[in-house]
Amino acid sequence: MLTIGNQTFQSRLLLGTGKYPNFDVQKEAVAVSDAEILTFAVRRMNIFEPSQPNFLEQLDLSKYTLLPNTAGASTAEEAVRTARLAKASGLCDMIKVEIIGDPRSLLPDPVETLRATEMLLEEGFIVLPYTSDDVVLAHRLEELGAHAIMPGASPIGSGQGILNPLNLQFIIEQSKVPVIIDAGIGSPKDAAYAMELGADGVLLNTAVSGAQDPVKMAEAMKLAIEAGRLGYEAGRIEKKDYGIASSPSEGLLTP
Amino acid sequence: MTIQLNGQAYDVPVHVSTIQQLLEHLNIDHRILVIEHNATILEKDAYDAPIRDRDQIEVIHFVGGG
Repeated sequence: MLTIGNQTFQSRLLLGTGKYPNFDVQKEAVAVSDAEILTFAVRRMNIFEPSQPNFLEQLDLSKYTLLPNTAGASTAEEAVRTARLAKASGLCDMIKVEIIGDPRSLLPDPVETLRATEMLLEEGFIVLPYTSDDVVLAHRLEELGAHAIMPGASPIGSGQGILNPLNLQFIIEQSKVPVIIDAGIGSPKDAAYAMELGADGVLLNTAVSGAQDPVKMAEAMKLAIEAGRLGYEAGRIEKKDYGIASSPSEGLLTP
Repeated sequence: MTIQLNGQAYDVPVHVSTIQQLLEHLNIDHRILVIEHNATILEKDAYDAPIRDRDQIEVIHFVGGG
């Protein structure tokens, strides 16, 4: 079970809702993933074409916890404005702080992320900052009172998987709040690896929405996260330099 | 009366004088949305707020994102 703030979840997969080929595929992918937390972005409505379908309005909102992000913000103040707008919907009190500091790599701005986290915590939000894999920054965010730490595996949407497992492991070891690996996951292997490192959850979007078969990939990610978590709880064997036979050396057929 | 609606100049029809009436006129009053009126977020029970010339109104909603 994953506990964030005072809410508990069975699923450790947090699923993004961007860039699916169409709503039917998206609905099926969300259903198959068993995800309970879905991320959204906050944007101006296209009011002059109001008949455009909206995914969120087609969801059974009693089944899901919404995690709006502050994507598009480049300062703490912009992130706080986005978070307030999201909360005013009356649908959520969680917020994913996402403040991009570099437009090319889409890596987060550590200073603005820290500031926004502090401001939003003061306003009573459940705050989940998306952060780089900096160990000290993760600690500082937790000290402020962040409800979860969400270090990236690699740049958003890059699909490069986990580039610095050591840092992620340090963050996981030091954190008393959930650590959710967010961004950069490319394949089920990456998601399983994150969970084997001891992460409490994985947040991904493009890995599913951009797959050739998003529905099948949603199921693959669900299973990978479950497998990785089970493997972590089971405790893996130590690595050794040389082979150690699994079969007994007694009773061999040859002298 | 002309307002800034989602960043664009918008001529408000004469029969529209409140936020609620504007949403009904745009046929979006049933949608999941949040209104920012002159940089202040409006609670749902404040949609009877009058619209004035040169007001800045933002109509915000949730879209797909990661």
